[in-house]
Amino acid sequence: MAEVFVKNEKVYKAKKIAFNIATYVFLAAIAIAVLIPFYWMLLTSLKTEELMLRIPPILFLKPEDWEISNYYKLFEVVQSGPRRGEPLFPFFDYMRNTIIVSLVTTAGTLITTVLSAFAFARLNFKGRDIMFAVLIGTMMIPGEIFVLTNFLTINSLGWYDIMDQTFMDVLFAMTLPFMTSVFYIFYLRQTFKQIPNELYYAAKVDGTTDFQYLLKIMIPVALPTIVTITILNSMGAWNAYIWPAIITTKDEFRLVSNGLRGAFTDTSTGRTDFGQQMASATLVTLPLLILFFTFRKQIMRGVSRSGIKG
Amino acid sequence: METKNNLKAWIYLAPMLILMAVFTFYPLINAFMISFYKDYQPLLNLRSAGLTLRNYLIVFNNQLFWKSVLNTFVLAFISVPVSIIVSLFISVSLKSIPKLKGFFQTIFFLPYVTNAIAVGMAFAVLFHVNYGLVNVVLSLFGIDKIDWIGGTASWWAQMGALMVFTIWNSLAFKILVFTSGLENIDKQYYDAARIDAASKWTIFKRITVPLLSPLILYISITSLIGALKAYNSVVGLFGERLGAQPYSMITIVAFVYKYRADFAFTGFYSYAAAASIILFIITLIFSILQTVVSRKRVHY
Repeated sequence: MAEVFVKNEKVYKAKKIAFNIATYVFLAAIAIAVLIPFYWMLLTSLKTEELMLRIPPILFLKPEDWEISNYYKLFEVVQSGPRRGEPLFPFFDYMRNTIIVSLVTTAGTLITTVLSAFAFARLNFKGRDIMFAVLIGTMMIPGEIFVLTNFLTINSLGWYDIMDQTFMDVLFAMTLPFMTSVFYIFYLRQTFKQIPNELYYAAKVDGTTDFQYLLKIMIPVALPTIVTITILNSMGAWNAYIWPAIITTKDEFRLVSNGLRGAFTDTSTGRTDFGQQMASATLVTLPLLILFFTFRKQIMRGVSRSGIKG
Repeated sequence: METKNNLKAWIYLAPMLILMAVFTFYPLINAFMISFYKDYQPLLNLRSAGLTLRNYLIVFNNQLFWKSVLNTFVLAFISVPVSIIVSLFISVSLKSIPKLKGFFQTIFFLPYVTNAIAVGMAFAVLFHVNYGLVNVVLSLFGIDKIDWIGGTASWWAQMGALMVFTIWNSLAFKILVFTSGLENIDKQYYDAARIDAASKWTIFKRITVPLLSPLILYISITSLIGALKAYNSVVGLFGERLGAQPYSMITIVAFVYKYRADFAFTGFYSYAAAASIILFIITLIFSILQTVVSRKRVHY
């Protein structure tokens, strides 16, 4: 009897080990699949044209074969065509534009969402719940619908001037439509609501105004949430593609995503320089990855929150 | 206790409300209006001829529109279920390896923090007929070279490449959400199952999936709505041509933008508006479906 038991125990253990190994193999395979595009991007960016065109492709590159010329070629000035005199990929210009746009948008978003979230979490007013429901409802509407009219609005405000568009025009056009976010209001409201009411009444007794209470108590308590919102919102400008392309009249005003596609295909031969293309993709991806590894916890917490229904 | 904060509340809400009114509510109503304007010329703001349903007819009679609907639906209705199933398995596996969970979770999250255009370009190189890794791997299994995204690529090859990229891109978010959902399941259920010597598959089928079902449903609907709006991924993979052959992978959103770009032509803006309203109605149907289904079914 005891022997049978021990035997079963052994079988059970062996099964468990086998299952664990299978789990690790499965997860490792997925992890490799996730990493391969990054690897291929970097690998291709480090290949000379001659190595790039080898068939079958070279899968590994020894460090001494790494060729960084693709990177500095990006900054070389174009000799002919409509973009003559400009760098092939004006990464630093696009980067500067992107950073400015993301800072301004984020500052605006924080102001509007903190104030609104405070009203929804703390104040009693007529129609509060209905208004909140309507706002949540707008999250389901495809943003493409807004683009059509927003372009016309930007135009009638004089910010889409084909002859003489300035960077300030572009800055207004790129930031104003995105200076608020229903999801962040929702997220902040949840955080604000967790602050005990007693604190608010005590502050009231001490003669603190609502606005002082918001600044001195609520914002500091909700700081982790605010940091998360700041980071997530800043990343938005990095991925913006269609809106910056629509409302800019000059290449130099665009954001990082816009410059990527098309710049490395020779229009006369139709041939694409993959090395340079991947070098530019690497340059655009790198700042995002650095941001992610610096603020990993905040980013993942904020994103997982957006999957939970309210 | 708290009374009559009405005026004060509106002051706090004002910045948000003004922005929402100008850039969300007005555009929503205006898109409806534009979609019915006759011979509309947006920049000159000419809308002399009154209202018409013709804009919708023109969209419906356009072959390219139906192509975009087909592409979008195939992409959405395959990539969403596949990515949900795969991410569920990954999340459950992560749960059973507490030691390396954080490490794997971080790797799996990477696609979320990338630029769709940049990574799409990397996928284009991966899927290149001669210089890509995909065909190298397939050749190990004795499969001949496939042109995935080049000029001779078939519709299914292009869709396959787009599908792989879309799923790769969407796993990150789902894994994260399901993993945190799993953490909230009461351990008692699993303890009870272990006492009954239930197999892992039974536990997965009878405990994990039912208890996660509200979350799975919610994520299915929101991902479906997201997938119906596919655009950046197509540009990333195929460039502005939107396919290996021009427009072969066009999506509904791309169709809207194609018409929008021709705003100088009289009436084209209204076609774009009509197409965007159709997209809105499609997503609305799925949102309503979600509320109905979640009210009826999932309750634990």
